[in-house]
Amino acid sequence: MHRFISSRSKFLLSKSSVSSISHCNHLSNSTNSADNKSQSNPSTSLPKLSGSSYQTQNLNGSPYFRRFNQNLSFLASKSGCNWFPSSGYLPNCAISDGNRSIIRCFSVEPERESIEYDVVIVGAGPAGLSAAIRLKQLCQEKGVDLSVCVVEKGAEVGAHIISGNVFEPRALDELLPQWKQEQAPISVPASSDKFWFLTKDRAYSLPSPFDNRGNYVISLSQLVRWMGVKAEEFGVDIYPGFAASEILYGANNSVIGIGTNDMGIAKDGSKKENFQRGVELKGRLTLFAEGCRGSLSEKIIKKYQLREKVNAQHQTYALGIKEVWEIDESKHNPGAILHTLGWPLDKKTYGGSFLYHMKDRQVSIGLVVALNYRNPYLSPYEEFQKLKHHPAIKPILEGGTVIQYGARTLNEGGMLAAEAAFGALHEGSNLELYWETLRNSWIWEELYKARNYRPAFEHGLIPGMAISALEHYILKGKSPFTLKHGKPDHEATDVAQLHSPIEYPKPDGVFSFDVPTSLHRSNTNHEHDQPAHLRLRDPKIPELVNLPEYAGPESRYCPARVYDMSQMKEPTEVTDQCSELPTCKACDIKDPKQNIEWTVPEGGGGPGYSVM
Amino acid sequence: MKVLVAVKRVVDYAVKIRVKPDKSGVETQNVKMSMNPFCEIALEEALRIKEAGLASEVVAVSMGSAQCVDTLRTGLAMGADRGIHVEATGALYPLTVAKVLKALVEVEKPRLIIMGKQAIDDDCNQTGQMVAGLLGWPQGTFASKVLLDREKQLATVEREVDGGLETLCLDLPAVITTDLRLNQPRYATLPNIMKAKSKVIKKYTPQELNVEIKSDLEVIEVTEPPKRKAGVIVSSVDELIDKLKNEAHVI
Repeated sequence: MHRFISSRSKFLLSKSSVSSISHCNHLSNSTNSADNKSQSNPSTSLPKLSGSSYQTQNLNGSPYFRRFNQNLSFLASKSGCNWFPSSGYLPNCAISDGNRSIIRCFSVEPERESIEYDVVIVGAGPAGLSAAIRLKQLCQEKGVDLSVCVVEKGAEVGAHIISGNVFEPRALDELLPQWKQEQAPISVPASSDKFWFLTKDRAYSLPSPFDNRGNYVISLSQLVRWMGVKAEEFGVDIYPGFAASEILYGANNSVIGIGTNDMGIAKDGSKKENFQRGVELKGRLTLFAEGCRGSLSEKIIKKYQLREKVNAQHQTYALGIKEVWEIDESKHNPGAILHTLGWPLDKKTYGGSFLYHMKDRQVSIGLVVALNYRNPYLSPYEEFQKLKHHPAIKPILEGGTVIQYGARTLNEGGMLAAEAAFGALHEGSNLELYWETLRNSWIWEELYKARNYRPAFEHGLIPGMAISALEHYILKGKSPFTLKHGKPDHEATDVAQLHSPIEYPKPDGVFSFDVPTSLHRSNTNHEHDQPAHLRLRDPKIPELVNLPEYAGPESRYCPARVYDMSQMKEPTEVTDQCSELPTCKACDIKDPKQNIEWTVPEGGGGPGYSVM
Repeated sequence: MKVLVAVKRVVDYAVKIRVKPDKSGVETQNVKMSMNPFCEIALEEALRIKEAGLASEVVAVSMGSAQCVDTLRTGLAMGADRGIHVEATGALYPLTVAKVLKALVEVEKPRLIIMGKQAIDDDCNQTGQMVAGLLGWPQGTFASKVLLDREKQLATVEREVDGGLETLCLDLPAVITTDLRLNQPRYATLPNIMKAKSKVIKKYTPQELNVEIKSDLEVIEVTEPPKRKAGVIVSSVDELIDKLKNEAHVI
């Protein structure tokens, strides 16, 4: 099989600079043939080229722009590029990285097409799809028609979904009660529930705090894919491969929709041969279902100060790293569920591992580490590799092969949103209804009961376990107190002096692997030639703060080893390894000075999870 | 002038493939499928020809199971006007595909057929050449540049060959197969994806086209390539020569 991206991008970088000048000459021809491609929105007609700016481009070609002051060249190219030719021939306009925020101010120009829906949902995950399905069901019940669309940055629905996963079908029973007949990929019922406390050499069996009877071991990626098909059957428009990168605000500062990413921009910000402007998706209502630490959701939370409004504590996160193995038939026990606590994590670090047996001889094994860990030398990826060598875990994996690898951060609630949304659109009721229905639902009850587990571990492993045991077995969630989380995750890291580096064993290639091998297995692929999507807000901080004080923790917590302190030459961008990112967002959360900004890359790239 | 583009639905190029445990083939269940990259390049070239005003219609064709319709929809979203789906289950080898395409050409009567040079799942590199042979049309394969002249009804094709570049002049109707450097395919935009839903995809069965699906080939076994062995550091030149002669048998 061929690998296309590297050969394409390498070759075309040289080709496009040569052809840009000749393309300018084709401009007059190509705009005439623009009639062939009709624009859906009549308001976005092709504005005429202003004579002087056309001249500027003809004289200059791309090298000219680069010599100029960034702002000046930007403005010149902006006025000249005020059209959207359909033939795909575009002169090279140098739009440098630093000015991309300015481009967004111009987003209300008639340059971008805009499509209107009643409801726009960002993210085709379980929450987004449940909301879409529920909305369409309500439409059918009440004889109303609402147009619903879902945008998803993954190349297909399910490509960015990764989770344990032991599934409680309660919500699905409510949403799609016929799921079994309709062949949802939920077929392995939980058969056993084990809970082990691990030390370096032994595993002690503890009573399992979970009761998984009636639950199923599944691959969430496959379930979401199935849900996508169902949603389309209901008439939902799903658009995979399109990343929502900005929020559109209306006149009174309300959210009126989202804008998708421009595609086909090269690393230096110039437009490539296949440049396509993003589109605006406007909705009477917009639902953000991006998953943990969604980039747009975070912006909204900050802008409208949603956490402050309800006196909520800061959100805490954990990083989950997971592999799916195909193991020996004799060791496979479908439906077996195992959770562990303790080794390899130390007493001060909250987290644990899981091992679930799915069907087809596949097992899901993973380690979850809370991101408020203190030791900056901790590398969750290496801890996961260590875990696999434990004498109680290793035999299960022996003789097996790894199929996929992935990582994602998680929050320590979709359908109710749809009901509130429907109410808002159809009956004009207030969206506050969502909060109320949420409070009254069984989800709230469950979350409320579990609220004290994570903060209890603030005080260390043993007190944490003691308090959790107390909560779970005795108080059953009705405790009169609510413990507070400690510091936010990024502030929890101690300075490096208080800890010593951890020596991690080298990967053996059979059970433990090095990072490039694992990344290869996540089927991750981004278009190489695009602007870096991890940005440093202040380029000096890594050298001044992260390295001396915290010994460069980002080189350790990132499960893709994107950050390499020794090679950090260009401070405004992170290294070129952005192309191999599983987009887990750990850096956005854990960086001590919150200096890293995760922006969404070109849609269609990213990991290709199929059985995660 | 009508242009016919044949596209194939294959395992996505970014997927890490595995061999099925029974060694009968590559695992394709739950694996991402997409349009063959060379077919995308072919379609892009056809669209550019149409946008330059030299073609009136671009028709995309695909053969295989019902899911081929997804690939055709992608093609329609890129800009093709119509789609044709020939429904056939089971393995389809290049000669069969070429015969079906010949039958379709008799129905649609295009002046130009553009295809990818090969599919990335079987790497056959045969179908385009076979279609040209069956139809008796000239062929320009491994095209890295295509220029059409409508008045004179000919196509100038620059081909990538082992020794460099070869330029051929073909009388239309002709078959062109595309190579990597011909163009970079466009992204299907959201508005186009929406419009593609209303474009027509016509269904045929091989029986309707009087083509019998039989294969002259049978896949017996598929195995992974052997893992690379570790290298050995030799201690002297004599040892190296000895190994090259007696172990590797290359001298």
